[in-house]
Amino acid sequence: MFKETALSGQTTFFQKLRSLDYILLVCILILGVISSLAMYATDGGELLYHTKSHVLRFIIFFIMMLILSFFNIRFWHATGYFFYIIVLGLLIWASLYGITASGSQRWVDLYFINLQPSELMKIAIIVCFAKFYHRAQINQINNFKNLLVPMMILILPILLVVSQPDLGTSILIALSGIIVLWLAGINLKYFIYSGLFLLISLPFVISFLKPYQKLRILTFFNPDKDPLGAGYQIIQSKIAIGSGGLTGKGFLKGTQGYLEFLPEKHTDFIFTLFSEEHGFIGSLALLFIYGVIIYRVINIGKNARSFFGKLFCFGFASSIFVFITVNMSMVLGLLPIVGSPLPIMSYGGSSMLATMIGFSIVMSTKIYQKQLIA
Amino acid sequence: MFGSGGDSGYKKLSTVNRRMFIMTAAKVVVFGGIITRLFTLQINENKKYLTLSDKNRLREWRLPPVRGDFEDFFGNKIASNLKVYQLHVVPEQVEDFRYLMIRLRDILEIDSRTFKKILKKKSQQKPWETLIISENLSWDQFAKINFYLHELSGAKPVLSVARNYPYNEKFTHLLGYVAQASEKDLIENEVIKKSHVPGLRVGKIGLEKTYENQLIGSNGIQRYEVNAYGKRINQIDFVEGKKGTNIKLTVDTEIQAQCNELLSDKAGSICVMDIYTGELIAMHSSPSFDPNLFLYGISHENWNEILNNPKKPLINRSLQGLYPPGSTIKPIVALSALENDVISTKFKVNCTGKTEMYGQTYHCWKDTGHGIVNLRDALKVSCDTFFYEMSRRLGVDRLNLTAKKFGLGEKVFNGTYNEEKKGLIPSTQWKKNVLGRGWVLGETLITGIGQGYMQTTPLQLCLMTAQLANGGFKIKPKIIYDKKNDSYEKIKSEMEKNRIELLSDFQQDDALVDFSLEKKKRDTDLYKPLYRNQENVKFVLEAMFASTNEVRGTSYSSRISDKKYQFAGKTGTSQVKKITEIQRELDLDISQIPYEERDHALFVAFGPYVNPRYALSVFVEHGGAGSSAAAPLAKKLFKTIIDRHEEREKIREKSLMEI
Repeated sequence: MFKETALSGQTTFFQKLRSLDYILLVCILILGVISSLAMYATDGGELLYHTKSHVLRFIIFFIMMLILSFFNIRFWHATGYFFYIIVLGLLIWASLYGITASGSQRWVDLYFINLQPSELMKIAIIVCFAKFYHRAQINQINNFKNLLVPMMILILPILLVVSQPDLGTSILIALSGIIVLWLAGINLKYFIYSGLFLLISLPFVISFLKPYQKLRILTFFNPDKDPLGAGYQIIQSKIAIGSGGLTGKGFLKGTQGYLEFLPEKHTDFIFTLFSEEHGFIGSLALLFIYGVIIYRVINIGKNARSFFGKLFCFGFASSIFVFITVNMSMVLGLLPIVGSPLPIMSYGGSSMLATMIGFSIVMSTKIYQKQLIA
Repeated sequence: MFGSGGDSGYKKLSTVNRRMFIMTAAKVVVFGGIITRLFTLQINENKKYLTLSDKNRLREWRLPPVRGDFEDFFGNKIASNLKVYQLHVVPEQVEDFRYLMIRLRDILEIDSRTFKKILKKKSQQKPWETLIISENLSWDQFAKINFYLHELSGAKPVLSVARNYPYNEKFTHLLGYVAQASEKDLIENEVIKKSHVPGLRVGKIGLEKTYENQLIGSNGIQRYEVNAYGKRINQIDFVEGKKGTNIKLTVDTEIQAQCNELLSDKAGSICVMDIYTGELIAMHSSPSFDPNLFLYGISHENWNEILNNPKKPLINRSLQGLYPPGSTIKPIVALSALENDVISTKFKVNCTGKTEMYGQTYHCWKDTGHGIVNLRDALKVSCDTFFYEMSRRLGVDRLNLTAKKFGLGEKVFNGTYNEEKKGLIPSTQWKKNVLGRGWVLGETLITGIGQGYMQTTPLQLCLMTAQLANGGFKIKPKIIYDKKNDSYEKIKSEMEKNRIELLSDFQQDDALVDFSLEKKKRDTDLYKPLYRNQENVKFVLEAMFASTNEVRGTSYSSRISDKKYQFAGKTGTSQVKKITEIQRELDLDISQIPYEERDHALFVAFGPYVNPRYALSVFVEHGGAGSSAAAPLAKKLFKTIIDRHEEREKIREKSLMEI
């Protein structure tokens, strides 16, 4: 029915090229440069493994993103469920044959890359919901059937990710999905009901948490109780950020970073290192770039004629925002430590791949903004 | 299937747009929250976190402080620091620790017990902390290590300092010694706790302990930037430590060495004191031991040898040894009797060898008796019968007052030596309070000859003699020479005004005594007269002269006739056990009595007789008679003391000029 090839638009290639969102592209490129420099700093001012592979990944995924941008929006719409099912399949594969590292079975060995399907799920869930609600009538959205199916779509990956165990990513997937559901028009009362239900069932949920997860939540409320153990990360992160001051300690001069007081400085705590070296001003600049990116993505969504494209852009912008907020709040000691990378900045192939796929769908929406999907 | 156009499509779009607007507003608020948080941490609390970050990255390493030296009056070092070669290993920097240890064991020939100890220590400390393999390498070992150094990566030969006592056993009891600081040392002394580093040696006893806070010095500090695992990244700062204060003592190494030699095969003590300044010239307790043994942890065999020696080398007899003073107390008894007008110098007693009083027989040391003796003769020949009668009239309480005034029954160096003992000068009140029984008159008699309850230390006897010899003035004994407080000049002028001319011929009327000073104001404590009538002091001193320098005097055989060295003294033989009638009849030779039951030999003396300056006490534990075992030692010692005097005064003048 919708078997149209990706490049079968009516516009010429140069028209498409011209209609790319260059502000967004430049912002992503700037973020790429900043993240590479930050990675260079985490390697102690040397061109080591992390920096090299981060730069390489960024270049590859950026080019891939550009190419994918020219795929017709209909292609994304057509493959929406398929994408979700493949990622779900990978998640199941990961839970059966995945690679275990630091007590969690998250990775799938694809021979050329170790993929973390849960990261891809953050995007796949948005694509899937966008497709689902693209077809749904507004007056049927709050039907029982139309509530149950998305619920299943959302809960299945969350259960798989929680069992890895990876609480952080599963919360982020849930947040991505819930935001899209809300944007799509599901009645607010259902969110309130399920919120209340969650609150009541919280004690039971907690009893199912692993001891280290419980400890992390307890630590969040009182990090000084065990400053060398569970509270170490939060305390050291706050010290690093706080000691950065207005202008920071200077590039490659972050003592907390290069003396290895910061844990996981390549991944979850990359913002801490950046903020220590570049201070309040640097952090504001970074937030500004993220702000511009989110704004551009929302803007593209506004101008899209297809509901699929619109909902995806809104959903993607919101989940990018959530990822940024959760990551920063975590390193600033506002939220408990749950594993959540900072988009583009953090080291990690799967996260970057997922983000770049998201951007290419956004770009595709921009190029084919006039396109209607049946 | 569902379409997307029409009314329903419009409603759908307006819903998503409206909700997106709400979402965007929420995003702005949340971003605002994050920026506020950043502002709080980075701008408001910046100082706090900068401090915390510095605390994270900067570490101080304290180096062991260098201990101050002890030197004698002439500037000879009697406790100093020696350069030693040590071998350090930082386990973290060693590739193959086991291999290195086995190599080192073979090269240094470490025995298996020490080897195990090192391995145990390693497991107790952090891998980046220095492990001391050997604290004192011999030159041979040091050379060997350096030869193989290229194969021993991780081993570091280090030059360090360690305490050294060049005079070995000669000053042990006077100085004390150092050993590794114990848990107790850290709790008791804040200063030690503050500058403690592993392996720090601190004073355990004696002056080394008392003056710990001055001697210890301050740590050198190396400040490093470290990473999260505590590994040093680079040195930021180095502060050199300050050596502890050098302490100059009043003692004379040569005299001290001779004391050691004189007592070499005996148990006993010799104390020598300046009778005007109170400076301690020598103080030796025998047998002694080598304090260097304690530096690196004393070996089992050495410790057992010290512990099992029947003569008990660990006891500082000069300060801790409590013995009945025997006849050496007689000058004080005589002075007390004269001062209290109990008898006159003309008082006479007929000594028949024994006397019956209160239903008991009291013997004089001389069985045949001394015949009719006056006070001077009684002191000279040490007639017990005379002193029985005199003490009976004097009473123990008046004797107690005089004895205490002259320094008996009180600590001489109050607070300087923890181990110092007070001794005991009995009184009727004391016996009632402590023993709960009334004083028996017979006890007064034996107290009068320095037996019974009375117990004194050799140093107290020395101080007593000094305070008699200087004309009866109170002096403050000291062992630390403090240039700024050298009261020598003052004392010298006082001496000039105060001198009592002692005559070798007993002619009371010719004595030139200037009493004018008595009326003058003096320091309340220092140089306070201890007499009522200085004539009495003079009388006693002249009697002591007779005891040494006149025929029939108890220490006549130890006299020196050369005026320069001539001294006056009083012997003492104190009984360890009550002599039974059977023993008295047997009259055994000293070699026939078991060692533990032999009498203690004592001798107190001052000299030179004209213009006296030094007083001494000699004590030989179970040495027999004072006249034969103790007095001859004094004779030998006085020669050295007087010969050293001139040089000593030269040094003093030089030292005073330097101010």
